[in-house]
Amino acid sequence: MTDALIDLARALGDGSVEVVDLTHTLDPDFPVIVLPPEFGQCARFRMEEVSAYDGRGPAWKWHNISMNEHTGTHFDAPIHWVSGKDVANGAVDEIDPSVFVGPVVVIDCSEGAATDDDFELTPEIIHAWEARHGVIPADSWVLMRTDWSKRRGAAYLNMRDDGPHSPGPTPAAIELLLARDIRGFGTETVGTDAGQGTHYSPPYPAHYLLHGAGKFGLQCLRNLDKLPPTGAMLVAPPLKIKGGTGSPLRVLALVPARTAEGERP
Amino acid sequence: MTGALPPPKKKNPQLRQVVPTLPPQMRSRAALGLTAAAARGAFLLQHCAECGAVQYPPRDACSACLSVELDWRETSRDGRVIAETRIHASPDPYYRERLPWRTGLVQLTAGPTVLCHLHGDIGRGDAVRMDLKLDKAGQGVMIALPATRSADMADDGQLRALTAHPKHRRVLITDIRSPVTRPLIEGLFRAGAAQIFVGESESWRRGSDHAAIAALDRVSVLPLDVSDAASVSRLAAEIGGKTDILINTARHVRPGGVLGADTVFAREEFEINALGLMRLAQAFGPAMASRTADGVNSSVAFVNLLSVHALSADPHYGAFSASQAAALSISQTLRAEFRASGLRMINVFAGPTDDEWHQPLPPPKVPAAALARSVVEALCEGLEEVFCGDVARDLEARWRSDPKVLERELSGGGA
Repeated sequence: MTDALIDLARALGDGSVEVVDLTHTLDPDFPVIVLPPEFGQCARFRMEEVSAYDGRGPAWKWHNISMNEHTGTHFDAPIHWVSGKDVANGAVDEIDPSVFVGPVVVIDCSEGAATDDDFELTPEIIHAWEARHGVIPADSWVLMRTDWSKRRGAAYLNMRDDGPHSPGPTPAAIELLLARDIRGFGTETVGTDAGQGTHYSPPYPAHYLLHGAGKFGLQCLRNLDKLPPTGAMLVAPPLKIKGGTGSPLRVLALVPARTAEGERP
Repeated sequence: MTGALPPPKKKNPQLRQVVPTLPPQMRSRAALGLTAAAARGAFLLQHCAECGAVQYPPRDACSACLSVELDWRETSRDGRVIAETRIHASPDPYYRERLPWRTGLVQLTAGPTVLCHLHGDIGRGDAVRMDLKLDKAGQGVMIALPATRSADMADDGQLRALTAHPKHRRVLITDIRSPVTRPLIEGLFRAGAAQIFVGESESWRRGSDHAAIAALDRVSVLPLDVSDAASVSRLAAEIGGKTDILINTARHVRPGGVLGADTVFAREEFEINALGLMRLAQAFGPAMASRTADGVNSSVAFVNLLSVHALSADPHYGAFSASQAAALSISQTLRAEFRASGLRMINVFAGPTDDEWHQPLPPPKVPAAALARSVVEALCEGLEEVFCGDVARDLEARWRSDPKVLERELSGGGA
């Protein structure tokens, strides 16, 4: 066992395993989910200077920060959704920390999402992916790559007068992922569900079905184009917030380095 | 007749900027009645309750009968100039910069003879209309104006020094999403504003009037989120040195009392309505305060839009009322802090506005266009306090009469 960690340390040292940052910078102007205005809203990230090597603290600089649990690149715990409110150990501080590190597969939907803002991840796409890469292993993270993280400004939420338009999974796709007993599902968009996810049955199927089954969510990810379809390791530990429904976090992937030919071993 | 004030030339960068100075500040407590009247555009003089004499200047007792029963009452503004003087030398730094300066004696129809500033269009023997204005020191002073208005009358140098007129000035309106912003832009341009900057928060959210407003001539839409100190500082670094008038239209309203309401909404209201004002003042205030003597387009005013329930809470909008009371209090401190510069802090109070957050309330509600008119009027007249619409004026009158009675009336049969 120890050898495995020594090998990993060596691989990280010699670059044969790379660390890829899947996290957006916490920035006050980074989009958050927008709900109808009569509902409570997701607090934006804010930073206030407490002192900056000045009269308020001569030798040090520090800030007060504030945000929602679901601001920026963040983790969704099962108790985030009504369907998961009774899931045992469903808050971020209760989740077994061993699940914060684990295998990840990436389903590339970037081609479809490039031409269709409402592109859907369907069971057919998952079956086609499995035909090439094998059945999704149980207890893995599944990430939906759309290259949506490359969008900026208003194009990211892509809000219109009938709501936001961004890609996401259909209810049947989530049912299939649950049949594979995945650990969690992640996206590059502001939520794990499609922008128009409220119009599915059930509404917001990724939230409703995944959290009801005790699975986790990750959203506002980036750099998914730097991940292989299989063979990478995800490191995604949320903050240990008592009774927390989620948390902003740093998401890292350990990825085998490409060979000179551009292939991964 | 006053000629139209030409637009200012670009500044000569080799010349030292004129440092703000103030006219004399000392006043008796009795004379502050003039300041209070000028702040809201009233023309009030002391009337003796016993002998009926109208007196000026204000004193602690009636100069005719020594009674101390003196009421400040609305008084006729009519008068006639009986003497005029053109001052060519003064030991006072404020007036030295502005010489020559015309003053005169005016015989008021109401009785007293007053020493006052003279508008450039009037001379000895002319019938005049008197006005009380706040000077740069924030004190009420009298100016004699022509009895009939003329087109460019507000461009007179002595009058312009007593107002915050938008003509040739550059204005920042802080929130593009406010319904007041559009009519305000139109009103400011009608009043002669040179350029208008409009702040837009969270452009990623869309849903603002962005395209229509950005397409307007002499309007620039710039990123500004009053709930984010860094965003406010960034914009101040960009345009703080050429913001002559700042109008804060950013506002967050949610209905609900206090017991059943949510501190998350309340926090948003305080973040935007109270702390937002503080952030704007901290970022823009110092530069504006340094430029109050900077020629034709000197900085003149910081305008705050408030609910009249800053004075007495509307229990149906409990947390919102609290945020408005906090904003009013902050504006009073700012007024004191801006005092040395002569930068005017203007509060425009309104009753419920005709918008999505006051849907179930019966009329009268204040339309955005009316609120915009009040803001422009406050600037043109140089007021410090304006109550816009019937509801605000009625509440102000009742608040003046007895705040406790008003509180009991507003709490009605319970929220």
